[in-house]
Amino acid sequence: MQRAWVKRMSNLLLHPGLVLIIGGMLMSLCAPRLRTGLQLGLPLLALFLVWQIPDGVAHQLSFMDQLLTPIRSDALSRLFATIFALMAAVGGLYALNQPSRLEIAAAYGYAGSAIGVCFAGDLLTLFVFWELMAIGSSLVLWSSGTTASGRAAQRYILIHILGGVLLFAGIAGHVQSGAGLEFSAMRADNLSNLLILAGMLVNAGAPPFSAWLPDAYPEASWSGTVFLSAFTTKTAVYTLIRGFPGNEILIWIGLFMVFYGIVYALLENDMRRILAYSIVNQVGFMVAGIGIGTEMALNGAAAHAFTHIIYKALLLMSAGAVLMQTARSKCSELGGLFHSMPLTTVCACIGALASSSFPLTSGFVSKSMVTQAAADGHLLWVWLLMTAASAGVFLHAGIQFPWFVFFQKDSGLRPAEPALSMRLAMLILSALCIVIGVWPELLYRLLPFEVNYAPYTAGHVIAQLQLLLFSGLAFFVLLGYLKRTPTITLDTDWFWRRALPGTASWLAQWRITIIGLCSPLERWVSRFSNVVSAAIGVRGPLSGTWSLATMGLAVVILLIVQLVVVMS
Amino acid sequence: MTKPHWLDRPANHRKLWIGFIIVLVVTVLAEFVWPIHGHFEIESLAGFNALYGFVACAAMVAFAKLLGLWLKRADTFYTSEDSESLASGAAISASGEAHGEAHGDAESVGKAHE
Repeated sequence: MQRAWVKRMSNLLLHPGLVLIIGGMLMSLCAPRLRTGLQLGLPLLALFLVWQIPDGVAHQLSFMDQLLTPIRSDALSRLFATIFALMAAVGGLYALNQPSRLEIAAAYGYAGSAIGVCFAGDLLTLFVFWELMAIGSSLVLWSSGTTASGRAAQRYILIHILGGVLLFAGIAGHVQSGAGLEFSAMRADNLSNLLILAGMLVNAGAPPFSAWLPDAYPEASWSGTVFLSAFTTKTAVYTLIRGFPGNEILIWIGLFMVFYGIVYALLENDMRRILAYSIVNQVGFMVAGIGIGTEMALNGAAAHAFTHIIYKALLLMSAGAVLMQTARSKCSELGGLFHSMPLTTVCACIGALASSSFPLTSGFVSKSMVTQAAADGHLLWVWLLMTAASAGVFLHAGIQFPWFVFFQKDSGLRPAEPALSMRLAMLILSALCIVIGVWPELLYRLLPFEVNYAPYTAGHVIAQLQLLLFSGLAFFVLLGYLKRTPTITLDTDWFWRRALPGTASWLAQWRITIIGLCSPLERWVSRFSNVVSAAIGVRGPLSGTWSLATMGLAVVILLIVQLVVVMS
Repeated sequence: MTKPHWLDRPANHRKLWIGFIIVLVVTVLAEFVWPIHGHFEIESLAGFNALYGFVACAAMVAFAKLLGLWLKRADTFYTSEDSESLASGAAISASGEAHGEAHGDAESVGKAHE
């Protein structure tokens, strides 16, 4: 009996996510040298532990009459947990010179929670890690320390709380309907499942809340954005693959995201915001693949999430290096940086090519599985739109980002290459982009289903080269129309940043009239609010410091009341 | 003064363009040696991917420009409002009365940017 308990506890303690979360917290208290060691070692330990978890249910416990499964593993869980741990490791290396202790601790907590989501076998565990991710990522954003990042973190957490509430309401309904807590494939055909889907889609950056992503990510520090780009949207992709494969609505949501990302990125001036829109664009491909729902499509979505995390982090690392060395992030103020930052330029170009699915890069072997799945399903329109979007990716990320930052007109800036740790991190990710592109079977072996797909056929390579190179031609022919302007483009966040506060202040102006009309009600409301604020206000009895005995008494009374209510 | 980088010399831009166009032509001609066996009929049209890529990109740029006419704002659009409402936030805690005025200011700043 006792031995079983010890085994269970050690299982839980060796949970790779918890190791990263708790280790990250302790790390921030350590002396500098030890902290550096932990910063590099903890994610590698987590990566090792990910691969120690056997397939199937590793751990279960009972909680409030429900069976919880904190650790359950299979190929899909392992794939996502692997890339999350790997990303934390390379991100930790990149952020070695980040002076903020909070940012790294929060980033590791965030990454650990993302790994926790991957191994969650039930919806409640999933929800807990889901919310921990929201806290971790908000802290990463907030730790940047600027006024803008503080404001962005406020908006970010509000949207994610909304997503969390939707998710939890859905889970509650799901359990209420007798479907149990197990996290398995669902159909979006009843209210509770729709709420769960909506909660997941908020994190994926789907409309109408997609604006949270380009609003928040570019406000983080040079290293913070690298962490932010990796986990939230991709855990959402993971949960959608497991929870809602083959729900057709996802095809259309995904395609909307794909084009939304391209169009907004084409108009954007801030280099990190261009890349943020590009994240929505790429996640759109994954979501559409999940909507198609065949084994090929789900493999494609999972593989694309894996490669996307690598090349997007690489792109954001190069942007972070530019930001750190020049203190600028607007394309209209950058240009010609290849002169003094050749290594960063080459790494950014490799990331850009991988993101455009250029042959011999990782994006080519992953995204083509999704488009192939659309073709296999005879979905002509989906295939045509995805192909057009693939061309658009080269346009907005593949050429636009490196061109405006590192080439175009010479801004006269001659920043030095970034620190060694940052260069190493970029080199590792560049190498991964190429290695996966050249030897795709390394990635295919990790996918949830068996892969019967050969990306490198002469026809496929030629078709892709035509598509991309002629998009490149379009870019340079239309360059005059793509000139960067110091502008932003209004997005749905306008509704919660301007329209709602505007309406509130408009209502406040009319308040005087309204009070005149219903002064008795106003009196009652104010009397009630006086009573409440007297009780829980700053000097109210409920806000004071209570002795332990009083607290104990209050809890006992509450329990008795609850007992009476339950018994009756 | 050091010699300009070879990418900065205008004469080389011409050479780069010529090289690029040769590559473009080669990718289209390659299709006749290694035919593209696509799933859909439309894929077997000669140069389909080349034309489709170009036209799709041109269409997306045109759409983005149109959308930009409607939705583009100065990049200070939110920042000035944010700093104003921060100031009004401080005013709220100082005295409730100041709120209306501060917010009115924020709005007029926002309008000025529009």
